[in-house]
Amino acid sequence: MSQVFDLEAHPELSPIRRRSGKLRDTRITLSHGSGGKAMRDLIDDIFVGNFDNPALSLLEDQARFNLADLLAHGDRLAFTTDSYVVDPLFFPGGDIGALAVNGTVNDLAVSGARPLYLSCGMILEEGLDVEMLRRVALSMAKAARAAGVAIVTGDTKVVHRGAADKLFINTAGMGVIPKGVNIEASRARPGDVILVNGTIGDHGAAILSARQDLALDAPIQSDCQPLHGLISAMLAVCPDIHCLRDATRGGIATVLNEIAQSSSVCMRFTESSLPVNEVVKGVCEILGLDPLYMANEGKLIAVVPKEHATAVLAAMRAHPAGRDAAIIGEVSAAPAGVALLSTLFGGERIVDMLVGEQLPRIC
Amino acid sequence: MKYVDEFRDPEKAKVLLHEIEALVGCIEVCKQRPLQLMEVCGGHTHSIFKYGIEPMLPKSIEFVHGPGCPVCVLPMGRVDDCVALAEHPQVIFTTFGDAMRVPGSKKNLLQAKADGADVRMVYSPMDALKLAREHPDKEVVFFALGFETTMPSTALTVLQAEREGIKNFSLFCNHITIIPTIKAILDSPELTLDGFLGPGHVSMVIGTEPYEFIARHYRKPIVVAGFEPLDILQSVWMVLKQIAEGRCEVENQYQRIVPETGNDQALSAVSRVFELREFFEWRGLGSIDHSGIRLRESYGRFDAERKFSVPNLKIADPKSCQCGEVLKGVIKPWECKVFGRACTPETPLGALMVSSEGACAAYYNYGGVEMARLIRERADETPLEARQIA
Repeated sequence: MSQVFDLEAHPELSPIRRRSGKLRDTRITLSHGSGGKAMRDLIDDIFVGNFDNPALSLLEDQARFNLADLLAHGDRLAFTTDSYVVDPLFFPGGDIGALAVNGTVNDLAVSGARPLYLSCGMILEEGLDVEMLRRVALSMAKAARAAGVAIVTGDTKVVHRGAADKLFINTAGMGVIPKGVNIEASRARPGDVILVNGTIGDHGAAILSARQDLALDAPIQSDCQPLHGLISAMLAVCPDIHCLRDATRGGIATVLNEIAQSSSVCMRFTESSLPVNEVVKGVCEILGLDPLYMANEGKLIAVVPKEHATAVLAAMRAHPAGRDAAIIGEVSAAPAGVALLSTLFGGERIVDMLVGEQLPRIC
Repeated sequence: MKYVDEFRDPEKAKVLLHEIEALVGCIEVCKQRPLQLMEVCGGHTHSIFKYGIEPMLPKSIEFVHGPGCPVCVLPMGRVDDCVALAEHPQVIFTTFGDAMRVPGSKKNLLQAKADGADVRMVYSPMDALKLAREHPDKEVVFFALGFETTMPSTALTVLQAEREGIKNFSLFCNHITIIPTIKAILDSPELTLDGFLGPGHVSMVIGTEPYEFIARHYRKPIVVAGFEPLDILQSVWMVLKQIAEGRCEVENQYQRIVPETGNDQALSAVSRVFELREFFEWRGLGSIDHSGIRLRESYGRFDAERKFSVPNLKIADPKSCQCGEVLKGVIKPWECKVFGRACTPETPLGALMVSSEGACAAYYNYGGVEMARLIRERADETPLEARQIA
């Protein structure tokens, strides 16, 4: 009969437990990226503590998933990545952390997927204020909780002062697409109806007014928000949504062009039906910008079969992320490959892709 | 939006269009050939296209897009000078955004920036002066560009720099003046213009009196026009009314902004700081006497051309480029061989394709379905075909 070894009777033989690290520095130094104790403290204190989930707490070099659990959600994986370099880091209605979670969640969600897991890669500039980093991590944690996703793996690098601007974040995301959902930019058909889930250009205008060099004082909030809740409400009334795209950089003009080209159709829309916040109109008017090209961080363009359009619109308006949703136009056969706008003034014009950068570093 | 939507009311536009059609019916010339109206200012060109005004008008009215886009008339050699200044290790070169992509003979300012030059986009010359205060160890050069519209703000910035005793701030002065250019166009034998829409913002500074010679000497009607679509339609109506009644006058449609005598304070700042150059090179139009502006000798210490040696070479436009003919209204933008082929808003050969106020960019972006079809066809040509045509 084997004897059970009593550890408590031999305290000298018990393993030396590692306490969770605590970061005491006020500024990031190169040692926080060196792989040593300082980095460990940073990861424990700022990331593991805030992102709090079992997969991350194990601190393996990778997160591991049970395939059977994934299969319970659907039959295809969706996988995406995005990097966030927004300037300034904090702006009305959001910050780089919330953006890094919601942006990637939305890239998954517009495939119809249920977003499940995110990674988080951080590139920190030497000298970054630790409190600022803590605020960003907290905001990421809050956004992830709100979106129902877990940040399960990550990486941190520190670069010399000047080699990056304060803080860059990359997030990759994984989700599962339910069986039968088939959303593609190439599925727009003549007769389909085009919808948007609310006012356009809010994020771009918020970033502009947050930039001090323009000395604009516009009371406008970024629309930074996750869209998967709204999308599942839409799918519940119309499982056969043809196309969905989130309209980030390049605005809705870019998305309408992408769909027009992928589906070889004409995306006809009317200026009078576009929801645009009065403040955004004002900012655009002063700076000579066009809301059609202004960035959004919580807006999508949907193309749905005509017979379901009213039901989808009602479902959107019943959801907080779609309160100001509107039908903005209809798909037609010709001229194929372009987005065509009926202007308020009674004319018609082609809305092409944006050439050059309207503004750098907006997301 | 208050004070904007009122000037974009489609119902009022219908009334005006109806009146315009009635007037066209009374004008004899319209029965033989289309009336040609030149909108001098690039801002008008942009509005005409953005709101789709030309297709609304009777076919017997044609717009000729004038030279009033300061970025578009900048010769290549001056852009090369900008690049040379920007690449000076001591210099922070500041510019308005739309000048960044104007092609030089080797590169534009955007490429110079990527190659390591310190080029910064500013929204006002005062921003450049602020940079000079913040970087006393550097020389901040402001790329001063534009007609009388932007001249006062440059002049006031120089006066401010003088007051503060700032020594590391200078201008690369490319300001130009509109009157000699209109005169040069009127003297050009290739042109058959019937009337002008006068520039709105320039006139806010200089007033309407300087245009009198157009009416008196050249017997052409001119109406100083605003930039909203109803402004433009009303101005067209006013020009037609003059033609129909056999009058040639300077009229002011943009009275809410343009005082007849101009802005005294702005004009006095301008004349304190600036003087006329004997001649200035315009892209596509050649050298025009007394059309360029430079700093007076007494403000020479703010003149980048005196502080640094710039190459100041005259560079011919690319042979395939027909900007000059387009500027003079001799050909339409799409009739240029490189339009939509080698010359696109992404890879502009000529400056008319760069600025949103340039006639070629306006046709390219807002030219309607037929223009889009033509552009797609040209883009689909094989590189070899495109090269042979170019």
